[in-house]
Order: sequence, then structure tokens, then C-alpha cells
Amino acid sequence: MNNLIAKSKPVSSALALAKASSGPSWLGLVGGVVCVAWLLVALFGPWLAPHPVGEVVSDNIFEGFSLTHPFGTDYLGRDMLSRVLVGARFTVGLALVAALLASTFGTGCALLSVVSPKWLDEIISRIMDAFISIPSKMLALIMVSAFGSSVTLLICTAVISYIPGSFRVARSVAVNIEALEYVQVARTRGERRLYVACMEILPNMLNPVLTDLGLRFGYIVLLLSGMSFLGLGVQPPDADLGSLVRENIGGLNQGALAIIIPALAIGTLTISVNLLIDYLSSRRSRRTGGH
Amino acid sequence: MTELIRVEDLRVVAGDERGEVEIVKGVSFSLKKGEVLALIGESGSGKTTIALALLGYARRGCRLSGGVVQVGEHDMLALSEQQLQGLRGNRVSYIAQSAAAAFNPAKRLIDQVVEGALIHGLGARAELQAKAIGLFRDLALPGPERIGQRYPHQVSGGQLQRVMAAMALISDPLLVVLDEPTTALDVTTQIDVLRAFKRVVRERGTTAVYVSHDLAVVAQMADQIVVLNGGQILEQSATAPLLKKPSHEYTRSLLAAARPDTTIRPPCGIAEDVPLLTISGLTAGYGNKNMQGMPSIRVLEDIDLTVRRGQAIGVIGESGSGKSTLARVVAGLLTPALGGLTFDGQPLGGSLSERTPEQFRRIQMVFQNADTALNPMHSVATILSRPLKMYFGLKGAALQTRIDELLDLVRLPRAMAERRPNELSGGQKQRVNLARALAAKPDLILCDEVTSALDTVVGAAILELLRDLRQQLGVSYLFISHDISTVRALCDDIVVMYSGHKVQAGSRQSFAEPPFHPYTDLLIHSVPELRQGWLETCGTACDALPTVGERANVPELCTFLNRCPVRIDGLCNRTAPSRRTLDNGGEILCHHDSAQLLNTQQGVTTMTLGAYA
Repeated sequence: MNNLIAKSKPVSSALALAKASSGPSWLGLVGGVVCVAWLLVALFGPWLAPHPVGEVVSDNIFEGFSLTHPFGTDYLGRDMLSRVLVGARFTVGLALVAALLASTFGTGCALLSVVSPKWLDEIISRIMDAFISIPSKMLALIMVSAFGSSVTLLICTAVISYIPGSFRVARSVAVNIEALEYVQVARTRGERRLYVACMEILPNMLNPVLTDLGLRFGYIVLLLSGMSFLGLGVQPPDADLGSLVRENIGGLNQGALAIIIPALAIGTLTISVNLLIDYLSSRRSRRTGGH
Repeated sequence: MTELIRVEDLRVVAGDERGEVEIVKGVSFSLKKGEVLALIGESGSGKTTIALALLGYARRGCRLSGGVVQVGEHDMLALSEQQLQGLRGNRVSYIAQSAAAAFNPAKRLIDQVVEGALIHGLGARAELQAKAIGLFRDLALPGPERIGQRYPHQVSGGQLQRVMAAMALISDPLLVVLDEPTTALDVTTQIDVLRAFKRVVRERGTTAVYVSHDLAVVAQMADQIVVLNGGQILEQSATAPLLKKPSHEYTRSLLAAARPDTTIRPPCGIAEDVPLLTISGLTAGYGNKNMQGMPSIRVLEDIDLTVRRGQAIGVIGESGSGKSTLARVVAGLLTPALGGLTFDGQPLGGSLSERTPEQFRRIQMVFQNADTALNPMHSVATILSRPLKMYFGLKGAALQTRIDELLDLVRLPRAMAERRPNELSGGQKQRVNLARALAAKPDLILCDEVTSALDTVVGAAILELLRDLRQQLGVSYLFISHDISTVRALCDDIVVMYSGHKVQAGSRQSFAEPPFHPYTDLLIHSVPELRQGWLETCGTACDALPTVGERANVPELCTFLNRCPVRIDGLCNRTAPSRRTLDNGGEILCHHDSAQLLNTQQGVTTMTLGAYA
């Protein structure tokens, strides 16, 4: 018995260690669950919604929690639950598509500029620098005032404003990897540029690029919400989470659920995406011996 | 109380998700005041972990789990973190391997040297600065009064290492821990640093623990040697008996691996008399090009070199001599400014885009650092299969057979194919690195310091492998190293480079005894020998150099002029040296001829020996 206890001692400290190191993965799990939940809401929300989006269902505005209207009602007496379920599709969908496009395009340009001759690298970099100097909100306002608000335009605007940042991050990572010896070996082996970019450099820069993608997603959610808050985003009767906050701003002094819920929704969405991506990249780096 | 340091049954554990592993397994030793103890072993032997435990410190993820560490009156393992903070840099101090990384680049040296002592309240600033200047003088730093005013990037690596020693010694510590302090230095610099360390340690009666993997260095510094492997003490004795009569098998293998040229010899009769690679009049460099197309920083000047089929040529020189740049030019990574390359009768393009796939296949490069030379995201099988698919279009079973063959060739178990580089040891990675080069069935392999990052025993095994591969496959090597004994173990011909110039070239035999080029002489005599007292009698750079007048404005003056012990005023600083042939067949770039060099080089050795006898 004594022997057992003596033997079990290091195991218990190993357990403690394991517990300490499992902290991030627990957070990652939470992030993952919330992300999946939001994705499901974005996919199936409109069918789950108990009421049509624009229907006025109650005589009371800014109603609190009740069984018939779990999230209360908004400034016109519409069902908040239905509006959040439908609005999530715009926020999640638009931001996801825009973030993926921006990151893919930015990383692609970065890889191209790293493996291409110096003059092409210069041209790409300077064009990106020109774009980076335009404030994203300003660009969005101009785009909307020039072409009118539509879903495609919102995606385009978000993609254009976030490509340069993504390019800069990806390029700085890729330049460092390009100088490493395994890339030099590939080059002296006579590999083509495309192979060097996609097989040697890209797999090793995915960690920072994924983290960057998470950040961009958050920024784009905020940009779109900001646009909607100004009334230039998704147009009524549809509403994304940002417009829900704006239209219910009148309930702020009453602490109405109608404004708290969409605000919370934006918060949980952006935080969970970042938790998930942190977890994914730390797992990747552990698998490859830490970078 | 004569024992100053007492370590008893020290145990250190390292923990990760899977549990804890004991990395130091009950180590005991003791040390008297004023003695120097050396901890020696290969990487992973726990030598640095033990040295850090003497400061009461465990690296992240490690824990001092048991035993006693007594330094003077302090029981290091019983003290709180705060009490330890009060001792570190005060009663115990540490000299790290990389001085460049240990200094703050934004502060003057003198401020950093006295900083620790100021924090511990050991005196006023002016007083400490005076003491620091005294230490600088003892450590033979040039201009001790002024050197403290410089910033870290304004002094050389060897000087910085000595400044770090001053930083460690300023508080008159009970114990100084030196962690591989000269490993990152060139041999010619190492010798000065070792001399300075030794003098300071002897004069001040400092008690020190010296961590190193190099027995020859340790033989110069230590009174006691502890040989470690796998966290355990294998052998422990005074330096002289350990060197003469090692009792443990492992110590004998360390002694044998320390000088590979005594055990390994290049194979005979492999080289054919057909030139494979010819380099003629090569000039290359980095930076912006001027009007004539010459780069602003020239690293290679007018290099001529011929590698015959099946021949191994060694290129040696200290860091900055341009030896790695030479390999990069041959590999096509750097376009030469002048001169041309010929490979097997065909002109070889300067840039990658001018080369044919066949030329890519026939020239392969193996880099020094196996950690960064293998893509961490690819498995060993993927790494090896890429050149096979690319050059030979192998698929399926044929591909698998060839991968197995390659792994056999570099003596790795076939099961390794599924692993990723981070699951391999340093030596295994270097073997994969070699296997990848061999996969292309090359005619010429460029080896850039392939054994430098490895432990001596592992490095010797790689050298043996390289020699056997050459015998088996008849491949040529351009073997770059800073260590002349490594080169002598493998190569038929040796080229010595100094700041971009080829200063000596000749057969392996011509490097066995004088005459040498003065720089080669310095290089050969700077390699520590495995005997005590070598440091005092090695007779290099002891004497003041002969004075010379101002340099004439001739671009092709001897580059070694500033350090040359046999320079001649009015000749070396006025006219460019010419290439001349020595009696033993070697070729040098010097004003002296064979007889003069022979005279001075034999003279110097006997003279210094006489002075110390």
C-alpha cells in the first residue's frame, strides 16, 4: 500500500501538469462549441424562427423575458428571438465569406511576392501599401454611397479593406520562412516557384495566418455591424446583429433585452472564433515541435 | 571548511503532458575553493541543467526534485526565490554561451557590467566602474579605459565574451558558472578568450564550474573533470589521470572523437584525374551593385578551384572568410559578379534560372543546421521522395524501395520514414539531410559545416559515414568547415580562406607540417590539443606583432596583414603578395617563400617552448 502511494506521487504531479496544460484546450473546446452553434444558427436560423422577421407580434415594445418571447420584443414589438436567428445569417455568413476571401487573397499575394522576382514583389507591396492607407470605414461609406448597399457590395468592401493587412502579416512570415535552409535546398533542387510557395512555405506559415484570419473575422463583424449601425449595411426588414443593436438603441436607458442580446451575440461570436483559432494553431505547433 | 561547493544526489525532473522524466539522476560532486571543475558530456547529458542547479535555477518545465546543493554557506535548494535573487549575480554568477544574446544592445558595456553589482548594493558607481576597468585590463581587453563606453555591437565576439566575464566577476562571487563560453567562437579567438579566462581565474582564485563538450578546451581550464551522460556521472577524476588513463568506455570514445583526423582517414585512389567542377577567377558579394557590376560588400575575391571527380576538397577558414558564400555560389543561390563556373565540361549558370535540371540533380547541398534544413511539416518519407519523384519519376513500390535503400545507406532504421523532423535527434536529422542529397544520385555534394552543430561523438560518426559513402558511390565533396582536424579526416585537398581570399591550397599531406601560410599556421596552432599545459606553450599570438608603417593605397594588399606575425615593413604594406609554390607542393598567397616560412615557423615553436621550459 505504502509502496503504491510512493509510486503514485509523481503521477499526481504529472496529472497536475496535464491539467495546467489542458487549460487552453478547454477554452478551445468552449470556443469550438460556440462557433459551431453560431454556424448552425446561421444555416438553420430562418427555419427555427417562430415568427416571420418583419411581423409585429406584440403590443408592447422593449418587452423583457417571457415564455412567448424568450428574448423579449424590439422597438416595434417584433419577436427578438426570430430577428436574432435570422440576423445571425447575415453577420456570420458575410463575415466568414469576407474573412476567408481576404485571408486567402492576401496570403496568395504574399506567397507570390515572396517567390517572384524583386520587381514584382515591389509592385505588389506598393499597391498593398496604397490600399492600407485608406481607412476601412471611409472606404465602406464611399462604396455604399456610390453603388448603394447590397450584400455583394458589403462583402467586396470588407474584402478590399482587409486584404492589405492580411498580405502584410503573411508576407512578413513568408519572408522569414523563405530564408530558411529547407527552402534554399528546394530552390537548389530546381523546384518551381509554385511548389516552393505551396509545399515548402505555406504549410509552415498557416499558424500565424490562421490567427490572423480569426482577427480579421472579428474586425469584419465589427465593420459590418458598424455599417449597419449607421444604417448603411443590410437593409430592412432584414437586419444583421449590428442593425439590431442600432434600431433598438432607444431601449438602452431601460436596459432592454432587445439591445443586450444582439450585443452579446456579436461578443460571443468574435471571442469564440478567436478561442477556437488559438486552440487550433497551438495544436498544430505542438504537433510539429513548436514554432 | 575546504569544500566550497557540495552537490549531493542532485535530481532534476522535466515534465510535460505525458508525465515527468528524470533528466539528472542523482549526481554528486564537490569542489574546493579556487578550483575549476568541468562538466563534460554531449547535448542532453544534463550538464547545463546541473550547472544551472548550482544557481538554484531550473529551466522552464524542469524542477529540482531532490538532493543538496551547497554553495559556501548557502543551501541553494532550500532558499526562496527572493533569497536566490539576492545571491545570483552577487555570490554566484553565470557566463552564458552566446554573449551577443546576453547583452542589451541599447546600453553601453560599462553600464551593463556594473548594473548587477549596483542592484545588489555592492558599492558606488564610480568605485565599481574603476573595478570593471581593472577587470577589463586583467582580461586583456584592448583599451580597458575606453572599451566600456562602447555598445555591444562595436566589439568583437571574443571581446564581448570577455566583457561578460567581467560582468560575472565584478561582485567577487563565490562561484562562477561558465556555460560553453567559447563554443560559438572561432578557434583563433577562442585561444585568446581561454587565456584571459585562465589568467583571471588563477589570479583571483575564483572557484568555477566550466561546462563544455570539448575535452581539449576543458583540459586547459579544469582541475577536476566530471564526465556525464544521460544525467549520470560516468567518470570523475582530476584532469591529468582522466586524459592519460580514462577508465570508462564512454570517456575513451569522447577522447577519440575529439580529433577525428587521428582515427578517420580519407580513402585512397577514389579521385580520378578528370575535373568535375572548375571555378575560375570568381568574385562575388552582397549588397547593391556599382557601375561595373561589382557588389558593395565583396566576400569572395578571385577564387580559383578545381574539384576532380571523386575528390573531396576541404575549405577552412574562420567566420567571415567567405567559405559558406563559396558554397552558395556553386549551388546557384548567389550570382557571381566576375568569373565563371564549369561543371563537367559545361558552363554552369550563375543563377538558378540558367541551370538545367540535370545540373540541379548533379549538385546537391547539405546545410549545417539540420533543424532548419528539413521542413518541419513534412515526414522523412515525403522529404526523401520529393527528389526521387522529381529527378527519376519514381512511383509506388519503386519509390518505397529507394527510400528504404537511402535510409539503409545513411544507417537509419527504415521505420524512421514515417517520423517528422522534430521527432529525430540532431545526428538523425543530419543523416536524413544527407539521404536527401544522395537521393538525387549527385556527382558533387556541397557540405556546409555539416558536423559543426553536432556533438563530437555524433559528428565523428557522420564523418565516417561521409567517408564510406564516398568510397561506395565515388561522389565528390566540397566540404566546408572551420575545424582543420575534421577536414583532414575526410579530404584529399585543403583550401584555406581568409577574408575572401584563397591564402593556401594543397594536398592533405602538405598540411601535416610546416611550411604553412602564416594564417594557416595560426589556425593549426589554435586548435586546442588534448594535453594539459597546451594553452601556455602553444606559442601563437603571444608576442607583439612586428611594426609596419602605413598601408599603401594598393587594393590587392595581403588581407592578413593586420594579424600577421611575420609581416615585413616596406614589403607587405606596399605591394600585393603573389602566389607561390611551396616545396611540399602547396600553393600560398604570401611574400615569404618556403625556406623563410619554415625558418620562422619552426623557430617560433622552439623559441616559445624554450621560454616556458
